[in-house]
Amino acid sequence: MNDLNDGQEKNLNVGSPFAISAQKLTRKFSELTAVSALDLTVDKQTIYGFLGPNGSGKTTAIRLLTGLLIPTSGQVNVLGCHLPQEANKLRMKIGYMTQKFSLYEDLTVKENLQFISRIYGLTANQQKSRISELLSTHQLTQQSRQLAGSMSGGQKQRLALAAAVIHKPKLLFLDEPTSAVDPQNRREFWEQLFDLCDQGTTILVSTHYMDEAERCHKLAILENGIKRADDSPQNLMNNMPAQVVEVGASNIRQIKECLIKLPQVISAAQLGTHLRVLVNKEESNPIALLQRQPCLNDTAKLAIVRPSLEDVFVSCTGQGMTQ
Amino acid sequence: MKTSLLRIQAIVIKELLQLRRDRMTFGMVIMIPLVQLLLFAFAINTNVRDIPVGVVDHSQTSLSRVLQQTVAATGIVNFTRSYHSIKEAQAAIDSSEVRAVLIIPQDVSQRLVRHPSVGFGLPPSSKQETSRPIAQWLVDGSDTVIAGSIKSLRSMPLTELLDKPANRNTATFEVTLLYNPEQRSVVNIVPGLVAVILTMTMIMFTSAAIVREQERGNMEMLITTPLGSLELMIGKIFPYIFIGAIQVCIILGLGYWLFDVPFNGGFAQLALATLLFICASLVLGLVISTIAKNQLQSMQMTIFILLPSILLSGFMFPYEGMPLPTQYIAEALPATHFIRLIRGVVLRDVAVIEMSFDMLWLIAFTCFGLLVSALRFKKTLD
Ligand SMILES: Nc1ncnc2c1ncn2[C@@H]1O[C@H](COP(=O)(O)OP(=O)(O)OP(=O)(O)O)[C@@H](O)[C@H]1O
Ligand SMILES: [Mg+2]
Repeated sequence: MNDLNDGQEKNLNVGSPFAISAQKLTRKFSELTAVSALDLTVDKQTIYGFLGPNGSGKTTAIRLLTGLLIPTSGQVNVLGCHLPQEANKLRMKIGYMTQKFSLYEDLTVKENLQFISRIYGLTANQQKSRISELLSTHQLTQQSRQLAGSMSGGQKQRLALAAAVIHKPKLLFLDEPTSAVDPQNRREFWEQLFDLCDQGTTILVSTHYMDEAERCHKLAILENGIKRADDSPQNLMNNMPAQVVEVGASNIRQIKECLIKLPQVISAAQLGTHLRVLVNKEESNPIALLQRQPCLNDTAKLAIVRPSLEDVFVSCTGQGMTQ
Repeated sequence: MKTSLLRIQAIVIKELLQLRRDRMTFGMVIMIPLVQLLLFAFAINTNVRDIPVGVVDHSQTSLSRVLQQTVAATGIVNFTRSYHSIKEAQAAIDSSEVRAVLIIPQDVSQRLVRHPSVGFGLPPSSKQETSRPIAQWLVDGSDTVIAGSIKSLRSMPLTELLDKPANRNTATFEVTLLYNPEQRSVVNIVPGLVAVILTMTMIMFTSAAIVREQERGNMEMLITTPLGSLELMIGKIFPYIFIGAIQVCIILGLGYWLFDVPFNGGFAQLALATLLFICASLVLGLVISTIAKNQLQSMQMTIFILLPSILLSGFMFPYEGMPLPTQYIAEALPATHFIRLIRGVVLRDVAVIEMSFDMLWLIAFTCFGLLVSALRFKKTLD
């Protein structure tokens, strides 16, 4: 009964602002829970990020949202289609770039794109113009006759993106799309994502790069299949449950050893000649607290600094969360 | 409908491109039928000749020597050794020096004279001693074909031994061989080889078709596209129909030019029968492919099907000689039906319509298999 109501509600919500909405989405692999009670809403025409360490369930979550895996429990609605029942209806509307290169290594760039475009039912004329357009936007014109298997990692990822958007999907899933791309090319890659977003595409991207996560409109931090936080990167940094103190001193390694023992300190990480210390927000004067420590001498310079996304990530996923 | 055809076309083109880049497989398409035909057609011979045998001659008379010559003249055996005692002869059989030994007793001439087939044994006596065989064969019976050939010497006519005109009785039956009058086994083998080679290559090509996509990680991409299971399956078998046709041409062409295998039936009949069998085999491979978890498993399952297809289909042993349960198994294999069809068409010029049961069975097998594989293929990663 409940299910039925839910279904009707979803169908009425076709014009809803959400491209994806999921409630209590859970997926177990025998004992292991890869995705645990994930609640998710992704607005249309935004870039939504999954940030999480290895094995945190990013790929599994994306597979659940594309209908490739059947959830153990929970509700998913993607572009008005109820998953997994209506997975087939969804296929034309989404594009999915897998984490592992999944095009044919023994076909050339152009042959791969031709294959995909035929699968999506593009006519011969559409194919021709779309493929040459994609080849030039993704800077693959030179490689069009090269076997996909012989290309560099970054080139492969550009090809995979081109193949994923060939049918102009409304919703694009990208699983670690830039893991093999150098910073310069990553910038260009993201330029293209923003272009796509401007043209009306909703994008869900998984990553473990902070700079990449910072570009997303909204971000979910995952750990062990659990969503630890989700908001815009700015809000995440502002509402972080910790304050950041930068310590400049000569004997940083010893200082780190001793500060980490304090219950108020969430983490301490060395960054060149500085130590970045995360202190619990409840502590009203973190500088005073640290200065009281015997391992810090008078020459040490302490200052409260602006938190970065990495700090958010550490405070969400580190020991700080175990309380 | 139109997009469906386009998707099938996409798969077909992709398969052909991949096949073209895979030189080894491409070479195998030609080499497998070529080499196997040459090997099998020359090697498999059910009319055994020149079996190496020995002799123990206790009588040492001119008669015993003529007896040896007469036996050798049949061409079935070839006397390569002579031994002094039966013990020595037995040791020679044990060590595989010879396959059989002819033991000629001392009293061979008396035995011969009393032998009923010679016609001297005037009083057809009931006493055992009067009708004893004139000599004895010791045979290594482990190979039944060889033993059978030597057994056929048991009632060999002896009249030539005595320079007596043959007084053979009128035969009970007259046998007229309608096809293959010279009884060359190659005539029967070449059409059968078409079935065996096609079973092998066709099942092998498609049995890896789906698992290979899984192993190389292409499946995750394929199943997020709107590509349907049936479209994928049809696209996967289509290119191999042509490859099967090429192989059939090689085998039958070589059979005709090299081994004078007659080609009685019409070309259209042959093409129809082969097309049906190729489809059935490809679909069987597809079903395997949806069951196997990796390429090794698919290979094992291919061999699991291949062996009965060789042994039970009528290619090696006549179907009629098999016990009933085995006949049921044979009946389930596409190769059995195809061997009937192709031998009918190639050797006896039967229209395939007259063997409609076998035809319908292959069609039904193909449709059923296609359905099973499409249903088994799930568009999820679970
Ligand atoms: N098919 C499967 N069978 C069993 N366990 C699985 C399967 N797929 C994933 N897992 C487990 O689920 C957990 C989450 O895996 P997942 O691939 O989603 O992580 P991820 O966040 O994508 O990691 P990475 O950054 O390394 O790609 C891991 O512990 C993994 O071992
Ligand atoms: Mg992953």
